[in-house]
Amino acid sequence: MEMPRPNPEILARKQAVLSRLLQVLPEDAVIHDPAETRAYECDALTAYRCPPMLAVLPSNTQEVSDVLRICHDEGVPVVPRGSGTSLAGGALPTADCVILGVARMNEVLETDYDNRFIRVQTGRTNLSVTGAVEEEDFFYAPDPSSQLACAIAGNIAMNSGGAHCLKYGVTTNNLLGVKMVMMDGSVVEIGGAHLDAGGLDLLGVICGSEGQLGVVTEATLRILRKPEGARPVLMGFDDNEVAGQCVSDIIKSGILPVAIEFMDTLCIKACENFAHAGYPDCHALLIVEVEGSEAEIDDQLSKIIEIARRHNPVELRESQSAEESAKIWLGRKSAFGAMGQMNDYMCLDGTIPVSSLPEVLRRIGELSAEYGLPVGNVFHAGDGNMHPLILFDANKPGDLEKCEAFGADILKLCVDVGGCLTGEHGVGIEKRDLMSHQYTPADLEAQMAVKDVFDPKWLLNPAKVFPLDASESRRDVRIAAE
Amino acid sequence: MKPETEAELAEMVAGLSEPMRIVGGGTRGVDGLEAVLETSGLSGITLYEPGALTLVAQAGTPVAEIEAALEAEGQQLAFEPIDHRGLLGTSGTPTIGGVVAANISGPRRIQAGACRDFLLGVRYVDGMGQVIKNGGRVMKNVTGYDLVKLMAGSWGTLGVLTEVSLKVLPKPEAVATLGVHVADAGDAVQALSAALKSPFEVSGAAYDPQDGRALLRVEGFSDSVAYRTEQLKFTLSGFGEITEVSDPVELWRNLRDVRPFHGQEGDVWRISVKPTDAPEILTRLEADQTLLDWGGGLIWARVPEGSDLRSRIGVFEGHATLVRTEAKTVEALGRFQPESSGIEALTKGLRARFDPRGILNPGLMG
Repeated sequence: MEMPRPNPEILARKQAVLSRLLQVLPEDAVIHDPAETRAYECDALTAYRCPPMLAVLPSNTQEVSDVLRICHDEGVPVVPRGSGTSLAGGALPTADCVILGVARMNEVLETDYDNRFIRVQTGRTNLSVTGAVEEEDFFYAPDPSSQLACAIAGNIAMNSGGAHCLKYGVTTNNLLGVKMVMMDGSVVEIGGAHLDAGGLDLLGVICGSEGQLGVVTEATLRILRKPEGARPVLMGFDDNEVAGQCVSDIIKSGILPVAIEFMDTLCIKACENFAHAGYPDCHALLIVEVEGSEAEIDDQLSKIIEIARRHNPVELRESQSAEESAKIWLGRKSAFGAMGQMNDYMCLDGTIPVSSLPEVLRRIGELSAEYGLPVGNVFHAGDGNMHPLILFDANKPGDLEKCEAFGADILKLCVDVGGCLTGEHGVGIEKRDLMSHQYTPADLEAQMAVKDVFDPKWLLNPAKVFPLDASESRRDVRIAAE
Repeated sequence: MKPETEAELAEMVAGLSEPMRIVGGGTRGVDGLEAVLETSGLSGITLYEPGALTLVAQAGTPVAEIEAALEAEGQQLAFEPIDHRGLLGTSGTPTIGGVVAANISGPRRIQAGACRDFLLGVRYVDGMGQVIKNGGRVMKNVTGYDLVKLMAGSWGTLGVLTEVSLKVLPKPEAVATLGVHVADAGDAVQALSAALKSPFEVSGAAYDPQDGRALLRVEGFSDSVAYRTEQLKFTLSGFGEITEVSDPVELWRNLRDVRPFHGQEGDVWRISVKPTDAPEILTRLEADQTLLDWGGGLIWARVPEGSDLRSRIGVFEGHATLVRTEAKTVEALGRFQPESSGIEALTKGLRARFDPRGILNPGLMG
């Protein structure tokens, strides 16, 4: 993976930039010792590391504004960072950048149950947003597997999803407003407790822009009343294709489960060893969850079970208790960690039309044999968001490169069947160079034009999302302007 | 101009020498330029997979054609697009491109989301005549910037839509609606909030002051609707007498299309507010007629021609849009809420990049 060469002129001005930052931030909010900046050298895509020139930890919007104004002035690139859980390298630094971490901004600013929203500083973690409203039986719907650690700032940057977005949507569908600092230090407010934009839907394009358009410091989020109850059912099948057909039949029946999750043999075994959820030994496992009152759950599950029976499942089991349900979900949400105990892995998240599921799984199996690397599949089947986990050995020379080539083939396959490179993790650096497989030069130009408007000097997270050769002339303008 | 294919449209736009008004079915009340570029020649559903809840159609496809195809599979456009013809006195055939370009959503927006939330992908021709695609036909897609949302509600100012891809949902088996007789708008919004705060999945929450009832819709499987309706009666028992509406489907179609305003004189405004602000804002409007939807978060107001509603409201969190009026009022007040200087600069910057010659619906969004 290539990253742009650090600009020596910026590196040479480290002290000057540092002293200006120290004028606007408390001393403990500016990290400059190389031993300490190493803490920010990577995110959850740990195969790539590079300590930043400096890291700052502002406490409020004013401090973020001051930092960005100074960096804009000095021509220093800024890489925003939430909790550093990106699987796509979204927060990977360059050696000449300032990491802007929002972790210290984690306050709840306002909760309003009558209008069903919460306003938070964006360093707050996803799960603790729900934590702040749980007492009133409310929750924040998007639930990425990393929800214990990941920050709302990163969720907004990557438009994060989760297991339950089949019913509740992803971050963009639950984001009502933002306060955002532009690269020049100016502050804009977009949206709020009211619905929909008055003018252009800028909120829609900011969400998922991977920290390239501005730094969101405060967010207004939609909160929902918790359903009366929820219950999953486990279904095991001998064949991926049959499981795929079952998913399609459930959806066509008019029932909209909150989640339909799929795991293949390798993942089932790994997760079972980890969580002891009682997963059956089979080829394809579905976890289907519905919500409502006890009677409503019974009614929906009986309809779903009737559909599943037509596909001759090898196992069909309703959760009998809240404890069992928790175990079933613990297994699923631990999938990445459980696979990580087996070997190093690379996690992809291409999305495909649900109807292409059997074909894509078959092709991934063939590719796995060709590359000689095992793959576990776990994914959100209801919305076609795949998570192939390729196992490799980072200490074995050439294995990482082989794994990356394999991953690229899978993602191209996803695009070729009518899907996309990434459903919820983002492009970052990981899928940057594959963007030209999904988009034409004109398509990419249209997206980069948006960044030109928000960040004309291309200083915010500049080496991400777009293929380096596509963005080169714009980033060169930055260097030429020094 | 009325191209029949995307390529033809792209060629026409590239060759334009004067600004154009972009028109789907012409039912949304956008007047102005005489020179018109019509998209209704680009018509037809190109893909529909009920098992994947996705539908792709050319922009000029009539909404009615899409709704009929969905109906046959027991599915629907969950964001419940408004038919503006009765309210605006327009004729013509509403198109899906027009719905998307104006981000048109009805009462179910409060629960299911807006048109933009169901839009999975777009193809459009920008102001230079280039064909651009963004998004796709899958439900989760974070590959690059979300220009899909940006195009929704851009009223043709950033590009001319040629194809849209939508998430569709099952049509509910049963519908029920409760009417709670309330004293005033304050009580009404409290009742609507109480229902929306409940776990009973209310899919419509409106109030017609002339009628005096706070209206709450519940949809789903029959047994579930019966159960939740009973639970809601209990939740709302303190707000006033509760009756069950006999024809809920027709009631919500009328609310969706702002039926009580049809054939009535004056300007029509659409105001998006924080729901609990609605009662106070209603008193400032001095309107001849109002209708509340989205739990109070959407106010429809009818006022005498030329009234400056924005100055009557004063400073508030939200936005007010002129939906129906004379050209001179649009000129004087602007159709859309003025933006802060920072947002205005971004909007202008985007328009300058997507349509550098300023030929797509100039003057429409400021």
